[in-house]
Amino acid sequence: MTDAALAPLLISQPESGSAVTTERYPVRVLLVATAVVFLVLFLLLPLAAVFVEAFRAGVGTYFASITEPDAVAAIKLTLLVAAIAVPANVVFGLAASWAIAKFEFKGKSVLNTLIDLPFSVSPVISGLIYVLLFGAQGYFGPYLQSHNIQIIFALPGIVLATIFVTFPFVARELVPLMQEQGTQDEEAALSLGASGWKTFFKVTLPNIRWALLYGVVLCNARAMGEFGAVSVVSGHIRGKTNTMPLHVEILYNEYNFAAAFAVASLLALLALVTLIIKISLEWRYADQIAALRRH
Amino acid sequence: MDARVPNEVKYPGSTWGRELAASHWDRPVNVSVENVVRTFGTTPALHGVSLEIESGELVALLGPSGSGKTTLLRILAGLDVPTFGRVLFDGENALKLTVQQRNVGLVFQNYALFRHMTVLENIGFGLRVRPWARRPSRKEIRKRALDLLDLVQLSGLEKRYPSQLSGGQRQRVAFARALAIEPRVLLLDEPFGALDAKVRRDLRRWLLEIHNKTGHTTVFVTHDQEEALELADRVVVMSQGKIEQIGTPDQIYDSPDSPFVFSFIGESSVLPVNVEQGKVWLDEHQLDLSSGDAPDGPARLFLRPHDVDVVENVSGAIVGQVCVLRRHAGLRRVELEVGLKRNRIEIELPADFSLNRASPIAFLPRRYRLYPASQALES
Repeated sequence: MTDAALAPLLISQPESGSAVTTERYPVRVLLVATAVVFLVLFLLLPLAAVFVEAFRAGVGTYFASITEPDAVAAIKLTLLVAAIAVPANVVFGLAASWAIAKFEFKGKSVLNTLIDLPFSVSPVISGLIYVLLFGAQGYFGPYLQSHNIQIIFALPGIVLATIFVTFPFVARELVPLMQEQGTQDEEAALSLGASGWKTFFKVTLPNIRWALLYGVVLCNARAMGEFGAVSVVSGHIRGKTNTMPLHVEILYNEYNFAAAFAVASLLALLALVTLIIKISLEWRYADQIAALRRH
Repeated sequence: MDARVPNEVKYPGSTWGRELAASHWDRPVNVSVENVVRTFGTTPALHGVSLEIESGELVALLGPSGSGKTTLLRILAGLDVPTFGRVLFDGENALKLTVQQRNVGLVFQNYALFRHMTVLENIGFGLRVRPWARRPSRKEIRKRALDLLDLVQLSGLEKRYPSQLSGGQRQRVAFARALAIEPRVLLLDEPFGALDAKVRRDLRRWLLEIHNKTGHTTVFVTHDQEEALELADRVVVMSQGKIEQIGTPDQIYDSPDSPFVFSFIGESSVLPVNVEQGKVWLDEHQLDLSSGDAPDGPARLFLRPHDVDVVENVSGAIVGQVCVLRRHAGLRRVELEVGLKRNRIEIELPADFSLNRASPIAFLPRRYRLYPASQALES
């Protein structure tokens, strides 16, 4: 193209440097406004509503609602379930991503797909699986009953359902990172005389620690907030098998809005804390995280 | 005096040499590879490779990618196991030893430094992970690591992380880390592969110095023939999972055993000829060359472009018409069309050689090889 042909194009766009990458002013305003409206409408407003509703009947009612025995039992159960499910998923997630990223074997892609399964299955179905397996009419029901083992409508069922639903979080964070890092570091450690365990704890684990922590944070948030699967297997026994999300639902269905929102505010608070931990991790260790990925 | 006798080893500014000599490593091991076969699924990566490596020797495994050189190195390291065959370290079956027990110093192409550890922690890693009974004290590990850092000329960088080092520096740290475990054999996988040309040349000289100081039996893999010929005591040329030739750089370059080696190492020009009763014929023209032990029948004449003499007498010489002329540093590259089939062949002449483009050039190779045409190039 000649200079003469280019000239009109240049004139029509005076700020030629930025004009290529920047939209026009009205378009920019429209895009930003859409994003802001969406955020306010779907995130900030509901969040604010939770806290407003929680404190509507006064601070006294708020604290009474979250300290009454049933609420305390629900909080304890939720913490207990998370305390079992999260470490279990750390172990499973590490093992699965280790296998997928560092070894070649038949059925690897199947395993990779299976890890995503809990994401693609409705949580209600995830709960129903365990009812079908361990419920009174389930496959193992009669055997369990004769040995006086209670899984459904008890803690083990809730833990199982939670583990199933939250399984992908740790593995999904680790697999891509570990695949990218390859096996050379491990081979180097082994050739330098390190045992398998020492290689894992001194080389593999430090290489993935931030991704692992990030996975744990997400996994924990979901473990505490899970509703569908837990709802199916819990049996909703007040003070016994009610987790926080289930407790909120019961209170709400009883038109006890102040108490429902008070407990809900605790869950919302948990989400906020999770978010803050995540952001501060990314901010505090940005250079290390980047260094681990790049090298 | 042979600098490779370990008792004479002197590390700069340290008594490390004596400590090494006092350890189990008072003589570098010799390595034998006996008829090693390695197949991946149904694809063979090595077909029956045999190789003797003398103690203290610096050996290059040279070949194009897919020639099996890296597979062989990994088998020596214990990171891979052969399907058949044996590997002996000083006559002892090395295949019975795990990768940890084998005690080899391995340097990877991409260095594989531990990115969350400082340079000093990286170098000391092999000593820190030793079982309690054989582990030196913290102070000693630190001292040894610092000595090694000195040996690889990186003193002062001990607190850096790998991401803060240049490629050449990382390479040296990887080297020091491998040396720290007092390895029986040093194995280097494309040690300079990821570096730019200038750093590569410096590090080659540096590697030779270190090898002369420490005297380890060293095997390195490379696809760079210049590197192999310059550094190695002996070069092992590999192609498609087989060893094509083992020899000193001179042997490999001057008397290649096969068309593959001739064309892979250095520059070569090829001309189809016929051998009949000890005479070499180019079309209907008898060349003034002896056929050596080449059998009768169609053959290929291999020669080095720089290894030719231009002659006045046309009879008995290879005669060609100049078609392309190129200036190449201090030389002139001449592309000739030779014979009835107008085969293109390249030779090199001094830049000041007076050339008349119109008139043909007659030349004879100073050195050449004849291979039967049936012997495939990619054997």
